[in-house]
Amino acid sequence: MNFGVEHELHKRRMSKNIGIGVVLVTFVALIFGLTVVKVTDGDVSSAIAGAASSE
Amino acid sequence: MSDTTLAKAEFDTESDISDYIALLKPRVMILVVFTALVGIIAAPIEVHPFTILVSIIFIALGGGASGALNMWYESDIDSLMRRTRNRPIPTGKITGDEAKAFGFALAGISVLMLGLSANWFAAALLVFTIFFYVVIYTIWLKRWTPQNIVIGGAAGAFPPMIGWAVATSGISVESVLMFSLIFLWTPPHFWALALFIRDDYEKASVPMLTVTHGRRSTRNHIFFYTISLALFALFTSFTSLGGWVYLGTALVLNSLFIAMAFNIWVRGDHEAEEDNFSVERRFFRYSLVYLFLQFGSILVDRGLGTNFSWGLL
Repeated sequence: MNFGVEHELHKRRMSKNIGIGVVLVTFVALIFGLTVVKVTDGDVSSAIAGAASSE
Repeated sequence: MSDTTLAKAEFDTESDISDYIALLKPRVMILVVFTALVGIIAAPIEVHPFTILVSIIFIALGGGASGALNMWYESDIDSLMRRTRNRPIPTGKITGDEAKAFGFALAGISVLMLGLSANWFAAALLVFTIFFYVVIYTIWLKRWTPQNIVIGGAAGAFPPMIGWAVATSGISVESVLMFSLIFLWTPPHFWALALFIRDDYEKASVPMLTVTHGRRSTRNHIFFYTISLALFALFTSFTSLGGWVYLGTALVLNSLFIAMAFNIWVRGDHEAEEDNFSVERRFFRYSLVYLFLQFGSILVDRGLGTNFSWGLL
């Protein structure tokens, strides 16, 4: 059996898999970004500066 | 059925990522994103840009969820209409159950995330919008009354109100004005479409105005609804939502819109069929430009600070 030949069917399935991957990574990035914005009350740079000066 | 035909059937109906994107009705989503963004930016309370981004994404996904659930419920009539027969469910790329599950999952995620990123009032408005589009419009009104798109148009009018609620956690005169603008715009927009795809609606037994009352009555309705919209849009110029740019844009856009609606009004079916409904098609396309520019002018006034300080409302 030859597994080397890629069928159009596999390309379509691959496109769905990549799509789900991109959606999940984007979702994680959004949650992370939103958490940072909420925790720092929207003032991210001051929060980072404050953390650095307290070290 | 042989192995070869089975394999071919599977190949022909195997979905790819574009079929799932099509389920979300991306063109409608553009309208949702833009009007919701205007709602957020026009509001008097500033929102962090990242919160705006996240909120807009999940408002858009909520709109997409409505689209998927609409396609699930309407797959029987979609397969009968030329305009919709290439959608993922009629072509067999995605099953009705898959679309339903996808729609409900997206609806849940989008509402939850909007509640967390913005506030629960905005999330509640999003729930109501999805409910209104799927249950009130798709399931109840669309197959029952020629007023389907008049009342159902409210679903498409909610996004700027949701955007406003993201910033303010409430409703105000301005958000109701933006809602009303889209609400009044929807009937002439869809009736123009119904004029040139009337036969599709008849075949699918959808009681659009063109099917139940004929094209003459629809032309009358388009003209008078366009006048109502124009009067309302001009009135809005003199409220707290208006400004110099809005006023100038409203004058130009609405004069053109009335002139085009007048051309539809005075035409007969014979004339329209001869040029393949070119005037009606132009009106339909222009109505999209109209809405984007009218809402865009609200943004420009906010950006330039050219809002009127004396609003009637």
